[in-house]
Amino acid sequence: MTPPRYLPIALWAVCVALAAVVAARAHYTADLSAFLPRAPTRAEEILVEQLRDGVIARSILLDIEGADGPTRARRSRDLAARLRADPEFRSVLNGEPVTLARDREFVFTHRYLLSDAITPQHFTTEGLQKAIGDGIDQLASPTGLLARDLFQRDPTGETLEIIAQLDPTGSAPRTQDGVWVSPDGRRALLLVELRSEGSDTDAAERALAAIRRAFAAGDASAAILRMTGPAVFAVQARERIRAEVIRLSSISSIAIVALLLIVYRSVLAVVLGLLPVLSGALAGVVAVALGFGVVHGVTLGFGATLIGEAVDYSVYLLVQSQRSDARGADTGGWVLSLWPTIRLGMLTSICGFAALLPSAFPGLAQLGLYSIAGLIAAGLVTRYVLPRLLPMGFALASGVPLGRALAAGLEPLRAGRRALWAVPLIAAVVLATHRAPLWSHELNALSPVSRVDQAFDGELRAELGAPDVRVLVVLQGKTPEAVLEASETLGVALDRLVADGVLVGYQSPSRYLPSVALQRRRQAALPPPDVLRARLAAAVAALPIAPTRLAPFLEDVEAARDGRLVGLDDLAGTSLETGVAALLVQRGDEWTGLMPLQAARDGSAATTANLARVRRTLEALRAPGVEATLVDLKAASDSLYSGYLAEALRLCALGLLAIVVLLAIALRSVVRTARVVAPLLLAVVTVLAGFAVAGEALNILHLIGMLLIVAVGSNYALFFDRETTLEATLEDPLAASRLLGSLALANLCTVIGFGVLAFSSVPVLSALGSTVAPGALLALIFSAALARAA
Amino acid sequence: MKRTLAIAALLYASSAIAQPASLDDLMQRLAQRQHDRASFEETEHLALLERPLTSSGLLLYDAPDRLEKRTLTPKPERLLLEHGHLEVHRGARTYSLNLSDAPQIAPFIDSIRATLAGDETALERSYLPTFQSDAAGWSLELVPRTAALAAIVSRIRMSGVGDRIQSVEIRRANGDWSLMTIHALPPT
Repeated sequence: MTPPRYLPIALWAVCVALAAVVAARAHYTADLSAFLPRAPTRAEEILVEQLRDGVIARSILLDIEGADGPTRARRSRDLAARLRADPEFRSVLNGEPVTLARDREFVFTHRYLLSDAITPQHFTTEGLQKAIGDGIDQLASPTGLLARDLFQRDPTGETLEIIAQLDPTGSAPRTQDGVWVSPDGRRALLLVELRSEGSDTDAAERALAAIRRAFAAGDASAAILRMTGPAVFAVQARERIRAEVIRLSSISSIAIVALLLIVYRSVLAVVLGLLPVLSGALAGVVAVALGFGVVHGVTLGFGATLIGEAVDYSVYLLVQSQRSDARGADTGGWVLSLWPTIRLGMLTSICGFAALLPSAFPGLAQLGLYSIAGLIAAGLVTRYVLPRLLPMGFALASGVPLGRALAAGLEPLRAGRRALWAVPLIAAVVLATHRAPLWSHELNALSPVSRVDQAFDGELRAELGAPDVRVLVVLQGKTPEAVLEASETLGVALDRLVADGVLVGYQSPSRYLPSVALQRRRQAALPPPDVLRARLAAAVAALPIAPTRLAPFLEDVEAARDGRLVGLDDLAGTSLETGVAALLVQRGDEWTGLMPLQAARDGSAATTANLARVRRTLEALRAPGVEATLVDLKAASDSLYSGYLAEALRLCALGLLAIVVLLAIALRSVVRTARVVAPLLLAVVTVLAGFAVAGEALNILHLIGMLLIVAVGSNYALFFDRETTLEATLEDPLAASRLLGSLALANLCTVIGFGVLAFSSVPVLSALGSTVAPGALLALIFSAALARAA
Repeated sequence: MKRTLAIAALLYASSAIAQPASLDDLMQRLAQRQHDRASFEETEHLALLERPLTSSGLLLYDAPDRLEKRTLTPKPERLLLEHGHLEVHRGARTYSLNLSDAPQIAPFIDSIRATLAGDETALERSYLPTFQSDAAGWSLELVPRTAALAAIVSRIRMSGVGDRIQSVEIRRANGDWSLMTIHALPPT
């Protein structure tokens, strides 16, 4: 009972206490940002920004179904009224004309600043004659009825012009009983925009709860509410990841504890055996919290796999420690004989995980750090703390039968070890003849949103006339004025493309708010009162209206000539405010203008050609101080994922190289290194062929899984390397059985840890689990079978 | 067999010329019509203008709530009312609005739509109807029920023969008035 015996235990206890404090105070998140990489190109950066914070990310689409039309309309109005009173929501649209009066008043008041028709030509005698002539023709039509009351003030029809220019395609949803409904009229539709950033999942969750509460607070009719949109997906994904992490970790923990109990038949041994694992998990969380500031739920999910690997260390110690008992000492013999091998195995695993650290995918980088910290902690606790906690004379006999069983099972394999070389051949043939693409190149492959939910989202989006934004021009400048001017210059060019049929249409922030420069030009286009009066008299000479009737027009034009210009603040309370907020965004001291383009739909080749024309138009754009980028969101997301897959391939290759170099240095022999690595590569190729046969497209996480097969499997391979393990172990049949037993047990724990993950409904987790679980098992079998016979 | 046919023919013939005896009767007959095609001429008398405006074109109706007005002269325009949603195509422009958002337009269009559909409930919701008929035809006069509506329209007068509407006269509160005459076209 000398102090040094307790020093490591005391140190460990202090570290655990400190770590527990850090872990308890760490910030945990489970949103989708773990799936969004840091983006290398401008277009991809914009894509990620849009996915994370854009107006699309902030919008929630609601749908009220069931009951009858009037009931749905009543519930829609009631829900909208409650949500409009809630500051979480920037806008709540359900087809009710809440801003209509304000909109009309605003548009009418500022018509000579807002209308695209205002040019000097418009106010020449010919221009006036044409515009007023058209206006008179319109008076006979129902839309003219709208204009009739305004005609004496607005005979040139600017108000209608602006209304048409704000909704150029007339795509608003239809209304029934005063609210928006789907084309078949069977559901009421609402569009809600959150005030918070799209990436703020906590705020999104609060908002969704507020929507549900607001709906439930309505009457008790049979109508039901459904929600969709990126914010809904983010909250669902977080909920699912959170639930799965808890569920899967519990299942694998229970399964591993049960297995250890069966094998050890000692509660004390199980508890002691789990100490390194728990210490490792804690260390992992602390490292990630300190290194990244925030811990992703997905990282904890991957962490479940750490249980599978870290438990191995204590298994080796506990199962094999009785060997030293025979020598009458403590576990010192174990330290001498097995620790170097375990340490080397641990280092190879760390090499593999270290390759993930520079990944642009935050989920992967965190997984790497978590695993490295976890493995080091688990290894240190196993080496320095666990032996000191073992009671004197601690012994387990139970590793032996498991080892004998494994040895018996391996006999035929070892006999036919040459035949094993057929495996890579078969796998190679399978891979060579595999027709379908082996790798999935869609970012969607990682999305935790189910296809059913994605389909519902698409359906509702189409019904609300919210176009699927695929191509957009992004303008960036220092001031809103610079961005607005650039969008106007580009708009002129885009109008030509619309006229040529290259584009169906486009949106622009300057439709809602013209730049100061354009407003000034429009003011300058308004003639002085005398000039206008003379031209008007000439213009209406042939028209069925007396010029005296249009005196109010002359007054309004005169007032507009030196009236105040319209700014962002003037839009408050109108639907134009919502429109401009979606397309003109301030971020830091930068202003971003978005111009979504609607390309003509006639085949992908034509679309590509049309996009090329848009790109040329953009290159010819002269807009000082503004950077313009054309973003094809689909292409950007695909290139993003491809780049991301290429990066992962490179990192995995580096990880593999690091492992091989480490082994070569430690083993000081190329042959021995090759012998250790060969069974691991065999396992990887076999798993790969398995996926090809199963027809499952591989994603980035399968790739990471393959690296882990090598990292984890190297532990087994090293034990079968004769020179690494003490000769005595293999010469003593009982010791050999214990070694095999501990390996089998360790392997089973790993297979359970990853195997449970394979059943996750979160694609990233299931991909990793379904790769590593069979891979680890194969790595053990191949290592044992290919080991040189004793 | 022959006699049955003769009676059926007679019944048909008499029903075709018989005028509706009551508003209910007219509405029931109108409600049975599924499609209608007609040409129209419209004259608008606006206080604002020195001369009336005239236009002409086609009317197409599908029960219960699709009404299309295709103006051919003087300027082509296509107006489509469907499920309370109004779409106007003129030149390259499309104007889209919900009837409920346009109280200046709604009473005119909806009175015609409700009459065509034989939707007496909808008609009586906004107007007080007065129905008259004799051997030559029928007339239906609609007077607004609410002050809000009366501020826009003072009365609407329709006349027709059998289950056909032949004219619609609308008097607005501000003194403007319009007359649309309708001629049935054979179904295509």
